[in-house]
Amino acid sequence: MKEILADLDRFLEAGERVALARVVGVEGSGPRDPGAAMAVSESGEVAGSVSGGCVEGAVVTEALEVLQEGTPRLRTFGYSDDEAFAVGLTCGGTLHILIEPLDW
Amino acid sequence: MTGAGPLFAALRQALLASEPVALVTVIGTEPGDEAGGPAGPLPALGAKLLVRPGAEPEVLGRVGSEELDRVLARDAGAALEQGVTVDRHYGRRGEARRHEVSVLIESFAPPPQLVIFGAVDFTAALAAAGKLLGYRVTVCDARPVFATRRRFPAADEVVVDWPDRLLARIGPGLGPRDAVCVLTHDTKFDVPAILSALQTRVGYLGAMGSRRTHTERLARLREAGADEEALASRLMSPIGLDIGARTPEETAVAICAEIVAHRAGARVPSLRDRSGPIHT
Repeated sequence: MKEILADLDRFLEAGERVALARVVGVEGSGPRDPGAAMAVSESGEVAGSVSGGCVEGAVVTEALEVLQEGTPRLRTFGYSDDEAFAVGLTCGGTLHILIEPLDW
Repeated sequence: MTGAGPLFAALRQALLASEPVALVTVIGTEPGDEAGGPAGPLPALGAKLLVRPGAEPEVLGRVGSEELDRVLARDAGAALEQGVTVDRHYGRRGEARRHEVSVLIESFAPPPQLVIFGAVDFTAALAAAGKLLGYRVTVCDARPVFATRRRFPAADEVVVDWPDRLLARIGPGLGPRDAVCVLTHDTKFDVPAILSALQTRVGYLGAMGSRRTHTERLARLREAGADEEALASRLMSPIGLDIGARTPEETAVAICAEIVAHRAGARVPSLRDRSGPIHT
């Protein structure tokens, strides 16, 4: 979170709403530990990361939806998720990511 | 700050000031069997508590019942002390061994401390390696000629003082995440440094020296009344992993690797657990 603080300030000072995505659980091999954070501004600018680059694209899409809807959601990205998610982690692990509006 | 609220403002302020703070976030709920009594509502996904420790811990926000929030604040304080980010599960009234409410406790702790006694060449390398690992590094030696900022540019602080006097000052603030390395090679400094460090809650304590130095030092420590069990369980001496290090830089890597392994509880070949000469 600390490493994206300057970007968060910039988004907020520009009057943009921001969605915050955080890794809240990792099973098996995962690129980032719980707490890894990524911010998405409503204009689609991104700061930080939640994986090794595998799921960031999908998280941005979800984050923009969260900003529209205004409610937090929990998403799971895994290697063997064949139907729910076309996005997977090549490392074989599973990532649980909480995506929420930064309105707290 | 458009949109963001008071919790984020407090978190941001603590992070910028490098003050310890823990953020508790509800990451899942699952209604369980209620053993009597009316079931209160389950917290919402994303509900938060922000905990700033202190004599009077400051708690911002609200997750669920009063009991749950009290338990969350307590556990957040404990996680913060360890400097760990963990997930925890509770009943909706804070009961242990229930899985109704899952939270992530994120610890934002100030950097851990590495205190190095002895202003020697190994110290300069260890100070630099400590900075690489994110430690706040203090170098301490009683000899003003050696304990200079110029000789230890990587250190955050260079203190001219006796080890036991420095530890009397900063020792109460040392905890499980911190490390004390005694590199003086001189029993006149080693013994008071180790005795004082054993009085603190510091997580890692190591002392440099050959096998012979180590044996003599142990004898002096026993004479000085050191607790036998504390020596056996806490003192990593001779300091470092057995990786064949020779130069100050290699030795710094051997020491840092031992600190990391010690904190992680990893089983690795420490010099302490072997016999025979350290350098071959």
